[in-house]
Amino acid sequence: MHLILFIVFAAFCLAGAINLLLQTHPINSALSLIVVMTSLAVLYLLLGAEFLAAAQVIVYAGAIMVLFTFVVMLLNAGREERTLGSKAATVVGFPAVVALLAVIATVVLHTQSGGAAFGDNLSNQPGSTNLEQLSTVLFTNLLLPFEVTSVLVLIAILGAVALARPHDQERTPGE
Amino acid sequence: MTILQFFLWSLLKVIVVTVVLLTGVAYTVLLERKLVGRIQNRWGPSRVGPFGLLQPLADGAKLFLKEDIMPTAVYRPLYLFAPIIALACALISIAVVPFGSPTVTGPGGFHLFEISDINIGLLVILGITSIGVYGIALSGWSSNNKYSLLGSLRSSAQLISYELALGLSLVGVVLRAGSLNLREIVENQGAHGFLSWNLFGGFQFVAFFIYLMSAYAETNRSPFDLPEAESELTAGYHTEYSSMKFAMFFMAEYANMIMVGCVATLMFLGGWTSPFGDLIPLPQNIVIQSLLPIFWFVLKVFSFLFLYVWVRGTLPRFRYDQLMNFGWCYLMPLAILNIVATSLWLAY
Repeated sequence: MHLILFIVFAAFCLAGAINLLLQTHPINSALSLIVVMTSLAVLYLLLGAEFLAAAQVIVYAGAIMVLFTFVVMLLNAGREERTLGSKAATVVGFPAVVALLAVIATVVLHTQSGGAAFGDNLSNQPGSTNLEQLSTVLFTNLLLPFEVTSVLVLIAILGAVALARPHDQERTPGE
Repeated sequence: MTILQFFLWSLLKVIVVTVVLLTGVAYTVLLERKLVGRIQNRWGPSRVGPFGLLQPLADGAKLFLKEDIMPTAVYRPLYLFAPIIALACALISIAVVPFGSPTVTGPGGFHLFEISDINIGLLVILGITSIGVYGIALSGWSSNNKYSLLGSLRSSAQLISYELALGLSLVGVVLRAGSLNLREIVENQGAHGFLSWNLFGGFQFVAFFIYLMSAYAETNRSPFDLPEAESELTAGYHTEYSSMKFAMFFMAEYANMIMVGCVATLMFLGGWTSPFGDLIPLPQNIVIQSLLPIFWFVLKVFSFLFLYVWVRGTLPRFRYDQLMNFGWCYLMPLAILNIVATSLWLAY
C-alpha cells in the first residue's frame, strides 16, 4: 500500500516538476509547482512525518504559492518566448546535474548501509507524537540556530519594508 | 477488522456525511434568506412548500436546468477547474470533524461519528482551507474579466491576511489542550458543561472574538464581503460563471460557513459535549446516548450560522483599506498578545 502510494505521488511530483519547466505560461508553471509541493507533502506523510506534511501544505502550497499566483495575476504576465538557450548552460549544466545526483546518491546509499534509516528519530516511538519530538529537538538541541533563523527572517522583513517604502522625494506634500 | 470492512465503513460514513452536509448547505441558504427577510421586515421565500421549505430544491433544479454559458475569451482549463477546487476543498475538511461522542462505537471499535481521527486534525483543516484560495483566485483570473480579476485579487489578499489572525487565534486553544487532535481538544473542555468551554472557563474569549472576525473574512461574508461587493464589482470572482458552475461556488461558500461553524464549535464551544455537563444524567438508552451529542453539536453550529446571518443583516460593508488595516494592525497583534497571555497563564 505504501509502495503504491509512493510510486503514484512520486510520479505526480516528477510530472509536475517537468511540466513546470515545459509550460510557457507563468500561471501553468505556478500551478505545476503547487502539484509538486502537495505531492511532496504526501511523501512526507508516507515517511511518518505528518506535522511536516501539514506544514508543507499550509506554508508552501497554501501561502507562498498563493503569493506567486497573486503576483502572476496582478502583473498579468504573458507567455514567455522560446529561446534556444545558451550553449554554456548545456555544456556546464548536464555534467553538473549528473555530479550533483551522484553526490546525493552516494550519501543516501552510505547512510542506508550504515544501518540508520531516515526518520528513525522522528517517528515510530509509541506514546509521543511527531510534533512533540520535533519541538523538543528544536527548542533544546537546536535552540540557538532556531532563534538565529528568526532574527534572519526579521532582517529580511525589515529589508523588504525598506525597499517597499516610498522614497522621500516621491512623497506627496500632504503626507 | 479487515481492510474490506474498514473500506466499506469509511465509504458509508463519507456518503452519509456528504449528503448531510450538502443538505445542510441547501438549508443554510434558506435560513439566510428567511432570516434576512425577517430582519428587513418581509417574509422571505414562502411559496414553494410549507413555509417555503422546498425552496432549496426548486433553486437547485433551476440551476441544473439553466443554460451553461461559456464566455469566448476565458482560459478554458482553469475556468473549468476553479469551481471544482473551490467546492472540493470546502467539502473535504469535514472529514476530520468529530460530530458525536467517541464512546459509542460500531463493530470492531469503529468510530461512528467521525470519518477519520487524525492527530493533526486542526492542521489538516487549516491546510485544506488554505488550498481553497486557489478556486477563487484562478476563477477570477481565468474569466478574463476586470471585475472578476479585481474580485479574486481582493479575495486572495484578504484570505492570506486573515488566515494569519485565524491561525494565531487557535493557538491559545491548542496550548490549553496540548494537542492538535480535535477530539482531545473537545474532551479537554467537557468536564463542567459550558463553564469549562474554552470560550468561558478557558478565558479564550479574546481568541474567540478574533476567530469570529477572521472567519467572516475567510468565508467572504458580510461585513467583509468585498470580493463580491455588488455595488463595485457586479458579482466579483464569479461574474462570468453560470448554471451549475455558479452553483458550485455558491455551495462552496455555504459549506465553508458550516465548516467554520464546526471549527468554532469544536475549539471554543465544547464540541459535542452537553452545555449542562453532568447536571442532566445521560439516559441509559444507547440510541439517545449516541444522538444527544449530535444534537448539541448541530445546535451549536446552527447558532453560529444564525449569528452569521444576523451580522449580515445588521452591519454595512467595510471599505477595503479598513479591512486590511483591521486585520494587520488590530487582529494580528491582539492574537499574538493572546498567545503570550495564555502561555504565561499556563506556565504559572
